Amino acid sequence: MDRSLKLFKSKTFLFHFILIIGAAAMVLPFLWMILTSLKTYAESIQVPPVLIPEDFQWGNYKEVFGLLPFFKFMYNTVIITVLRTAGQLFLCSLAAYAFARIEFPGRNILFLLALTVLMVPGQVFLLPQYMIMVKLGWLNSLQAVIVPGLFSAFGTFLLRQFFMGLPKELEEAARLDGCNHFQIYWRVMLPLAKPGLIALGIFTTLWSWNELMWPMIVNSSPESMTLSAGLSSLQGQFLTNYPILMAGSFLAILPMLILFIFLQKQFIEGIAVTGGK
Amino acid sequence: MKEVPLQTEVKSANRIKVSSLAKTRKRSDYFWAYLMIAPTMLGLFIFYLWPIVQNFYFSFTEWGAFGQYEWTGLDNYKRLLEDATLLQAFKNTSIYIIFTVPIGIFLSIIVAVLLNQNIKGKSIYRTLYFLPVITMPAAIAMVWKWLYNADYGMFNYLLSLVGIEGPQWVSDPNIALYSIIAVAIWSGIGYNMVIFLSGLQGIPKMYYEAAEIDGAGPVTVFFKITLPLLSPVIFFVSIMSLIGAFQVFDLIFMMIGKSSTALESTQSIVYLFYQHAFVLNDKGYAAAIAVLLLAVILIITAIQMVLQKKWVHYD
Repeated sequence: MDRSLKLFKSKTFLFHFILIIGAAAMVLPFLWMILTSLKTYAESIQVPPVLIPEDFQWGNYKEVFGLLPFFKFMYNTVIITVLRTAGQLFLCSLAAYAFARIEFPGRNILFLLALTVLMVPGQVFLLPQYMIMVKLGWLNSLQAVIVPGLFSAFGTFLLRQFFMGLPKELEEAARLDGCNHFQIYWRVMLPLAKPGLIALGIFTTLWSWNELMWPMIVNSSPESMTLSAGLSSLQGQFLTNYPILMAGSFLAILPMLILFIFLQKQFIEGIAVTGGK
Repeated sequence: MKEVPLQTEVKSANRIKVSSLAKTRKRSDYFWAYLMIAPTMLGLFIFYLWPIVQNFYFSFTEWGAFGQYEWTGLDNYKRLLEDATLLQAFKNTSIYIIFTVPIGIFLSIIVAVLLNQNIKGKSIYRTLYFLPVITMPAAIAMVWKWLYNADYGMFNYLLSLVGIEGPQWVSDPNIALYSIIAVAIWSGIGYNMVIFLSGLQGIPKMYYEAAEIDGAGPVTVFFKITLPLLSPVIFFVSIMSLIGAFQVFDLIFMMIGKSSTALESTQSIVYLFYQHAFVLNDKGYAAAIAVLLLAVILIITAIQMVLQKKWVHYD
């Protein structure tokens, strides 16, 4: 008995040991980012490295805002993320409901077409999408990022899975009460598909916030730039001034970090759902 | 006697009423269905489906300085075959995949299995491992570039403590790709871990109980029970990681400068696509690269689909 208890204890000790090393590897780069962002340039290039800066240089953050319109970048990214997420949640769930719960001619073919989009790597759409933006005169505008991002084959597919799993009786009852399909969708089905909606919402939020290539291609003026692209141009200007670069990086990830701290469970479950389906 | 025909009349009238009701109900079904799918289908068609066709068309054209283009047949595809830079990019991407996908999956399974045990602080660990997943790759690239800095970076300082002169992590052509690979693995563990964790929780407890009765050790349990029952999830994750790894761009773009000595030995296929499409204005050739990417991804997915029969266990 005593021996097995010891064995058990040493096993949990080993588990914690491994997990703590891994967790440190995950967290330390972020810590280093924050510490560096508060150093003077001289401190940042000192050898051996200064761990804790003597005076916290909050001025570095001010400088980031002064050098680039960082508030504008943040505003752009928030607008793009919110509108894309809200738009996708509504449009995808609408289409997903129809694909899952209504029989209509051409349903399978249309759904197959949507699935094709899922199979094709994003770079295949990129050039023609860019040409569309040129033709519409949408380069350097927020809608260049928002509008194509409103439609998602992935989201439609994901939510369709959710709607398909709901019992048929609910719908029949609502129909006997004289509800039309939109009312059934809105009042009965949507509340029941909440886990799916949260998952898609988290996924789209993360994606829109972090995306680099498309926003960088269509929006190169500071007026319509997003944070990701903004970081790239910050790097172009301050090649080696790491306190400034780290301050910019931390500012860019801070809103998502705060959101994550408040919605940890939803984030992690949402990713498990989008990945597992 | 008179009532009988009357009744049937009523019945048939009812039937007509019912069937016409069913018809109008069907018609209203169609109306709503088309209305509800219309925005998404229209958007997908304009911004995704038609562009696929257009990209194929573009891949047979050559572009001039002012956005005009002309049909050049298979020229771009011939060029693909002779392009040494593309071959190098293909090699770089392959090395990137060969390291990031298996190592990433291996490490995240270990973390997931450990977090699936009955230990304290699970949710804290889970949160910490998940941090890189929510962080934008551009910012991740920045902080790692700083850690990798040859003169003032943390890594080379730590190496100097044990008397090793650290390398030029991101500018030495022989090392830079592996530096990027390490960052990619680091930032992907949390994502896969979460998926594996939910897969592990789906394995019925009775298998483990049965193994315990049989006196199987933890290693046997892992290889004989956990791994086979997790194999559908491993299969799924490996396909998704592979497709994702094939499209690596952000990290390379942010970590390797445009004039870096390591650019040639690190640039990926998508990086090359970006270069040709939006820097060199060589859009026709870029379109051909995109087609190549599509073809390779489809082939690899197909191969994995065939191979899965050999190692994936479905109940």
